[in-house]
Amino acid sequence: METTITESRETLTAGTSMDETQGLTYPRIECKNINVSYGDKQAIFDISLPIPDRSVTALIGPSGCGKSTFLRCLNRMNDTIESCKVTGEIIMDGENINDPDIDPVLLRSRVGMVFQKPNPFPKSIFDNIAYGPRIHGLAETREDLDEMVEKSLRRAGLWEEVKDRLSSPGNSLSGGQQQRLCIARAIAVRPEVILMDEPCSALDPVATARIEELIDELRKRYCIVIVTHSMQQAARVSQRTAFFHLGELVEMGETDQIFTNPRERRTEDYITGRFG
Amino acid sequence: MVQQLGHLPMGWLLLALLAMLASGGFFVGRVQAERFNGAAGSVRVHSRPNYHGYYVAMWTFVPALVVALAYAMLGDGIVRSLLAGELPANFQNMPSVELDVYLDSIARAAFDHGYGGADRVFSAIANRFLELQGMVKASAIALALASAACGFFLARRKVAPGFRARNRVEGGIELFLFLCAAIAIATTVGIVASLLYESLRFFSEIPFWDFLFGTRWNAQTSAEFGALPLFYGTFMIALIAMLIAAPVGLFAAIYLSEYAGPTVRAWVKPVLEVLAGIPTVVYGFFALLVVAPAIRAVAVWINMTLMSAGITAEPLLAAQPTSALAAGLVMGIMVIPFVSSLSDDVINAVPQTLRDAAYAMGATKSETVKHVVLPAALPGIIASLLLAVSRAIGETMIVVMAAGQRARISPDPTADLTTITVQIVSLLTGETEFDSPKTLSAFALGLVLFVITLFFNLIALRVVQKYREKYD
Ligand SMILES: Nc1ncnc2c1ncn2[C@@H]1O[C@H](COP(=O)(O)OP(=O)(O)OP(=O)(O)O)[C@@H](O)[C@H]1O
Ligand SMILES: [Mg+2]
Repeated sequence: METTITESRETLTAGTSMDETQGLTYPRIECKNINVSYGDKQAIFDISLPIPDRSVTALIGPSGCGKSTFLRCLNRMNDTIESCKVTGEIIMDGENINDPDIDPVLLRSRVGMVFQKPNPFPKSIFDNIAYGPRIHGLAETREDLDEMVEKSLRRAGLWEEVKDRLSSPGNSLSGGQQQRLCIARAIAVRPEVILMDEPCSALDPVATARIEELIDELRKRYCIVIVTHSMQQAARVSQRTAFFHLGELVEMGETDQIFTNPRERRTEDYITGRFG
Repeated sequence: MVQQLGHLPMGWLLLALLAMLASGGFFVGRVQAERFNGAAGSVRVHSRPNYHGYYVAMWTFVPALVVALAYAMLGDGIVRSLLAGELPANFQNMPSVELDVYLDSIARAAFDHGYGGADRVFSAIANRFLELQGMVKASAIALALASAACGFFLARRKVAPGFRARNRVEGGIELFLFLCAAIAIATTVGIVASLLYESLRFFSEIPFWDFLFGTRWNAQTSAEFGALPLFYGTFMIALIAMLIAAPVGLFAAIYLSEYAGPTVRAWVKPVLEVLAGIPTVVYGFFALLVVAPAIRAVAVWINMTLMSAGITAEPLLAAQPTSALAAGLVMGIMVIPFVSSLSDDVINAVPQTLRDAAYAMGATKSETVKHVVLPAALPGIIASLLLAVSRAIGETMIVVMAAGQRARISPDPTADLTTITVQIVSLLTGETEFDSPKTLSAFALGLVLFVITLFFNLIALRVVQKYREKYD
């Protein structure tokens, strides 16, 4: 399975854009021997995982097994935790993003993230969405910005609920609405890679379906990694699944194969609900 | 015999008595409760034995404590008034101050185990004093024991399986805590009431509006009580102080909470707090001896330059040896830690998830601080600034030493000004009689000061509360 890139992409360190016809081969992100520890406590043990472009990779595993920690490696969010040390290589577009030369700010503008707990800014709904486009100068005019905000909210399935109250604070929304607000905020900057940490944990079935639809739509152009505790969701939206346990990668493969015919005993026990 | 009692060390005795009563009551209550606890079987016991013990101890201890406190407060007075009543007629006509001095010497002589001097009358009175004291002491102890016994028996009668001893003890604790809080409140109310009372006396002589809006203050020599120049000086100096403290304190807080590594923080934070621990009088002489002369020198230099350049004919700046600027600058340094420490706390209280959200959008550190952290912490920061302002307004030592005594309204920061606090100090030090308008005006000034700082503190409190609601 080989994917080619048609859109031009900047490399991370410099603005040299790649030739449009030049092919980038599968996978989009290649993680090699990732170890993460918080102080003395190691949370991730030697994980190597390829993440393909234009598809959804689901990370599953019992609580505390290191899914969020691993996800945060992919946009260097672990930098913000003082005690956290990450080693290993994460190759994205031919560059190791753990390289000290890489500017994490630039990296994060291309790798969007939706957090496990909704964390809207203490600003209005509109400003929450407009924040990213503003700091990255994506909108030329006010109309552009309005349009971006509306589009992002529509895609996250929130527009109908908030279109009359765009200036009320983001914190005034319900938990599920906040979660969709954060999704809308993340996609507003049009990242190329989107990391989602349990994006549907507070959503009702209708909103969940809307988000899964969105994920499916985003998949056509972007690379998506999603952490989920719902086996059904993993089976529905993802093409590949990786099963984590106690900080180790137990098994990874095509989602169909993992769910119908897992190679490892532990994987089978987990997806059939025998532990975890 | 009664005289011997007069030498009883009442403090220790009462303490020991109280401790014994409390522990005795506790054990009796507990043992009694344990008995029915063991025997009860079918009956459900409401409270654990310990609570019955506490309950009995409470009722034994508290009445005795009340008696002991009453003795501590009134005992001496009772002895003295009894003695004074028995004194021969020539003493009865003495002025009360002299009588007090005489009784003091009697008490001292009695305390030194008898008087060996020649004055027979004096030694007779001293002995009588001891006798009376012995009687009062003995009756205080008897009363304490009796009241403790009453409480003890009443409480013991209640100990029963169904008795809700735990709830009663909880109620007792609540009452005790309430009394402690009430003491603090009562003190405040008392102070405010006395301020109000004396101020009203002042305003009965000087019209309120003349005081508040008059522009001439000359309380020491002539009776001019227009306090506007004092308010002006106070606010001018507080303003200068805040111009220093607000940005420096805030930026220091941002640096400490957002940028500094753990080692830097471990060093800088305590140092900043040391700044808050320096006695204000030290700041005061620093202002007077170092800062004020420097400011004066600069002001003189500016005057010279301007005049030699022909821009002004007269000296532009007052260039006084004490100045609003000197006091304000040093006061600004003094309140920096008040701003930085509280702001640091509120910035740290901004949830990390908010910062994460901004970083994950590709925001830089300073963008995150500017757009997310500061707006989220703004109410707390405002509160810290308001507290610093009320601190600056009430500050006394620095301005007494470095601001000057002249009451005037001048925009020139190198001129000397005076403040509310400085005037209160100079009105109440030295010779004063208590009911001249001059001293009473100090109370009026104090009242104004109190109202201003109360106002700032209340706003700060409201703002902080709002902020809490947002994140809890
Ligand atoms: N900031 C931190 N400091 C110290 N230890 C941490 C920190 N964050 C996570 N850990 C530890 O790392 C391990 C992995 O945590 P992580 O959050 O990645 O789990 P998870 O798989 O996302 O769990 P969940 O499904 O409950 O979200 C846990 O043992 C956790 O205690
Ligand atoms: Mg997690």
